[in-house]
Amino acid sequence: MKKICILDYGSGNVRSVFNMLSNITGEVIVSNKSDDISSATHLVLPGVGSFGASMEKIKKMLPLDVLEEEVLKNNKPFLGICVGLQVLAEEGVEFGDYQGLGWIRGTVERMQAGSLPLPHIGWNSIDIVKQTPLLKKFGNNQDFYFVHSYVFKAEDSENVVAKTEYGEHFSSIINKDNIYGVQFHPEKSQKAGRILFENFLEIK
Amino acid sequence: MKKKRLIPILLLKNGWLVQSRGFKRFQNLGNPITSVKRLSEWASDELIYLNISREEHYDIRREDQGYPNRKTFLEIIEDVAKVTFMPITVGGRIRTLKDIETRLLLGADKVSINSKCFEDKKFILEAAKEFGSQCIVVSMDVKLIEGSYVVMSDCGSNATGYHPKEWAQIIESQGAGEILLNSIDRDGMKGGYDIELISLVADSVEIPVIACGGVGEWEHFAEALSKTKADAVAAANIFHYIDQSVYLAKKYLHDGGFPVRPPDLLLI
Repeated sequence: MKKICILDYGSGNVRSVFNMLSNITGEVIVSNKSDDISSATHLVLPGVGSFGASMEKIKKMLPLDVLEEEVLKNNKPFLGICVGLQVLAEEGVEFGDYQGLGWIRGTVERMQAGSLPLPHIGWNSIDIVKQTPLLKKFGNNQDFYFVHSYVFKAEDSENVVAKTEYGEHFSSIINKDNIYGVQFHPEKSQKAGRILFENFLEIK
Repeated sequence: MKKKRLIPILLLKNGWLVQSRGFKRFQNLGNPITSVKRLSEWASDELIYLNISREEHYDIRREDQGYPNRKTFLEIIEDVAKVTFMPITVGGRIRTLKDIETRLLLGADKVSINSKCFEDKKFILEAAKEFGSQCIVVSMDVKLIEGSYVVMSDCGSNATGYHPKEWAQIIESQGAGEILLNSIDRDGMKGGYDIELISLVADSVEIPVIACGGVGEWEHFAEALSKTKADAVAAANIFHYIDQSVYLAKKYLHDGGFPVRPPDLLLI
């Protein structure tokens, strides 16, 4: 039986993520309690807003020791969304320098979009560079909905699953072992987002 | 590649979905929740919900059928967010930061602000600082008066004295993330967008402009995308009367080589 825990640290898009996941499966909770995190089969870290503010809230609201045990030791499938992906990095530079969770080697930096406006908002396509169960059923150039100004710069290129072009080619999907992160918002990406969540729930 | 957007606009008056003409005549189209499910399944890129009820407390009766709509605008938005999984912009009667917060918490991704900006330009800046420019859309209703474009407020009833170019640059400098540009003269007339107006505004700012007002055929979407820098093309009435309307419009643009999401999303 699958049980999804959406990690609750006061992120603005929790409701949308919950709406879509509960449309797929009945067992979805929004919680920051250790018991719920331990008993869940899948963990989702939503996110909107800035890196620093999100990290502050994550440190304050989530039991990081329990979370790290479940994700890093017990290899529980984990999906970070937008800022929920970015905080996996070691460091972020939005509004000052902040330490991230450091689960995947890399930093979070402002996009080099050239003359294009930031934030990067809208539907943009992914270019798959590495196969992963998260992208089952997807072809190249699938569109997803993005809203962000900062991007994850991975230290190790093998952790980059897909890239997207907006002034520069940035990492739009990151993966290391059981840890997945997407820069876009699957919860706002209609059918494609739903399939991505379904793929994530099939990962054991 | 980033895509151009096709956006259905849903106008709600006293809790019911309506069609509008010239911002004056309204015809009831029925239940807003059923419509949104339909439009969502047809692969719209975003949805814009505008509450055009004028009274704070309206008599919630369906005017032409005489039975009440049980739901308020905000309850409708909450229901909509549960069945549609794409970006939703909500506008109408937004006067405070609390109004914005309420709508975002109900599941809206962006809000569209209009009249309040004329009373207090700083409101845009305050809203952008609090919630981020990405969720602040400022709508701009324009009317031709004696041959000149004038920005109108209060659902098109008051001339503000601002020229669209001047006003667009002001709202951009205050931190608006997008401009929803509507031509009152073209509203509901089906003769096509006001291309001159769209170019005028889109050329004077860097933030995305959503074109609205006057679409009567798919060609009109193409015209705005090929002749102006509009980042999105929106329409209301046309999407409600044709079966699979958004799909067909999308297919028309995609087949014509425009950078839009493919229309066969449902096949993946």
